[in-house]
Amino acid sequence: MLPTLGGRIQTRLVLLAVVGGLVTLIIGPILPISAPLSVVYRDTFVILAAVAVLGIGWECVYHFLMQWRWEKDWPTLFGLLTAIPEGALIWLLLRAGAIPGIKGTVPFTAFLMDFGLVWLAVWLVANGPMRVPFIRWRFHGGRLV
Amino acid sequence: MANYNHPGAVSAGVTGAISVLTCTNVDESGGHQVTDQPTGVAGGAESQAQPETVQHRRPAGDPRVGAADGTPPGSGDLTDELLRSDQWTDEMVRAAGIPVTDVPFVSVGGGIGSFVTVDYLRIAGVATDRIAVLSNLDFPWQTYEYLTRVSQIPRPERIRSDSASRPDNIWGFPSYAIAEAIGDRTLAPLWQVLIEPIWADYYTPKAGRVFAGLEREAKRIDFAKMLVKGQVRMVRRRQGGGYFTILTPMAGSAQTKRLAYRSEFVHVAVGYPGLKYLPELQDFRTAQQDFHHVVSAYEEHEHIYEAAKTKHLVVMLRGGGIVASRVLQRLMDDRERLGLSTEIVHLFRTYITSSHGPNAWNRRKGAHGFAYQGFNYPKSVWGGQLKSEMRRLEGQQRAEKYKLMGGTNTPFRRRWQAQMKDGRQGGWYRTMAGAVGEMRLDHGMIVSCVKTATGMVEVPADFVIDCTGLEADIAEHRVLADLLAHSGASRNPIGRLDVERDFELRGAGSGSGVMYASGAATLGGYFPGVDTFLGLQVAAQEIVDDLARRGFCRRIGPLRSTRQWLRWARNKQP
Repeated sequence: MLPTLGGRIQTRLVLLAVVGGLVTLIIGPILPISAPLSVVYRDTFVILAAVAVLGIGWECVYHFLMQWRWEKDWPTLFGLLTAIPEGALIWLLLRAGAIPGIKGTVPFTAFLMDFGLVWLAVWLVANGPMRVPFIRWRFHGGRLV
Repeated sequence: MANYNHPGAVSAGVTGAISVLTCTNVDESGGHQVTDQPTGVAGGAESQAQPETVQHRRPAGDPRVGAADGTPPGSGDLTDELLRSDQWTDEMVRAAGIPVTDVPFVSVGGGIGSFVTVDYLRIAGVATDRIAVLSNLDFPWQTYEYLTRVSQIPRPERIRSDSASRPDNIWGFPSYAIAEAIGDRTLAPLWQVLIEPIWADYYTPKAGRVFAGLEREAKRIDFAKMLVKGQVRMVRRRQGGGYFTILTPMAGSAQTKRLAYRSEFVHVAVGYPGLKYLPELQDFRTAQQDFHHVVSAYEEHEHIYEAAKTKHLVVMLRGGGIVASRVLQRLMDDRERLGLSTEIVHLFRTYITSSHGPNAWNRRKGAHGFAYQGFNYPKSVWGGQLKSEMRRLEGQQRAEKYKLMGGTNTPFRRRWQAQMKDGRQGGWYRTMAGAVGEMRLDHGMIVSCVKTATGMVEVPADFVIDCTGLEADIAEHRVLADLLAHSGASRNPIGRLDVERDFELRGAGSGSGVMYASGAATLGGYFPGVDTFLGLQVAAQEIVDDLARRGFCRRIGPLRSTRQWLRWARNKQP
């Protein structure tokens, strides 16, 4: 990707809302969480929102790190590997009970499936299909408006 | 970002350019039977304001005065009145006897710049009868393929272009890597894209795949229906709005020597004005009349590789860009594959020894003479941070930014590094830094007198290959020179055509008519990567969006874009 800071944030928010929301809806029933589906959805959507909100901070960090790259680009793999620190932070916050709105306990396996599949789907869409409806997106640093 | 070299690489027909190399290109492009002659009316920028009068009075010292060499009215050719006038009336063209064709949009050039713009327009819903592409090329990638082939990128080799820079697909999806993975049933291209550029070289597509895709898309959008063959002579503003574009048709294809296309919009994408030799190489060639031992990498020079198969040769390379790398690779590949003993002396004018740049966040890698960069600009000029920054810069600030990110460079490719390392260790590949003062013949060898940091060094070689790819001034191109002299076009901070952010040619407006320009001739504008596949698409998008604002076509929104992509995927007409 060739993002600007504004483009990074817009892309993250839109893709998490649309693609992430869709994936969360689909995988909710199959996640190994011993709770009613309404609770599962509540927890997973709260996690999704946390990824979006904290992500704004992460994007600022990535933008800062990108300044050391001559090309001012963000290689494809970086977009995938950044799942590790982001996922780890969300998990630690979950364990610490620092994410408001979570009901009960989210098992690690369920979190891994939820976070991993959402991240993978968003990353895949950002690296290709996103360009189909939004032909100006890649030339505008990832901005949609 | 697509290009295979320093001069970026995306060239239209070098229509009407005046240079040795251009002549070669034109011949290669199909032996055009166009009998037009240059008039030599290359002038500087002036007359920015739209004059009320049709004909300008020139001061006595104006070089354009007396340059007109028109024919009598009614002859179907350019009259004195037409040649001298900045604005033409319908009556003037009628009186000259030049047939007029009305078409709303004319694209001049017919190379990849014209192609991607027309592709966008077709996808935006513009019918073929509303577009005319005026060109001396038979197909849009003709010049590009010629230049890539002679500079050692035949169809099986890979060009210097990003996976998602597809001139045959405005969405860049699926990328070339995906297409190659599916076509060749291998995951290797996808893996390379995944781990590039840190753990692998940038993925780049094969030239043959690019040309095959262009051919498919050209058929899909009915490019041939819009193409009119001939040599564009000039574009002049029309009194009352719009433009006249004068075409010299192919011999025998029309009743008159000239044809006029009257349009509201004109798009100029003529590629490189021309390439020129280093002065000392040109002097040597002219003095010795030797066009065999001193060659440009952009002209046919297969005889050097053939000669290397028959005897020991010393070859001197000049330049540190991608073309030098490709020529070097060919010499090294042949040496390895055929067991040859070719020696290579590589002369750099600017010798890069290590990472370079003004500060830690603006540092480009380099070593052994080369500056290393994946593509011919830092990648983010095509859509990211640098594109956004450049769009806001004016004048000197912009020129300085160009200088910072410019300079000759080549990609870091692991195979090339290994070959060069072998050569350095074996003593058959030597690099040096310096400027050549003079060249002479001595016992059949070409001796270059190189001024180095430690003094003058004489370097004998059997052949000298100029890979510098110096570009000629835009005024060397007859159509561009005419625009500068007569249509209000002017130069940007680095001397090329001055265009707005939407690629409208500044100062060349004509009533409701707009003239756009894209490609190499507009380098130095608000968008740097103009002479590349992706750059031409960026320009095309800006142009088509501007045309949509003016009501010429529909704006491509998400729904239309998706529908059209599905049609592209099924190879259905737009």
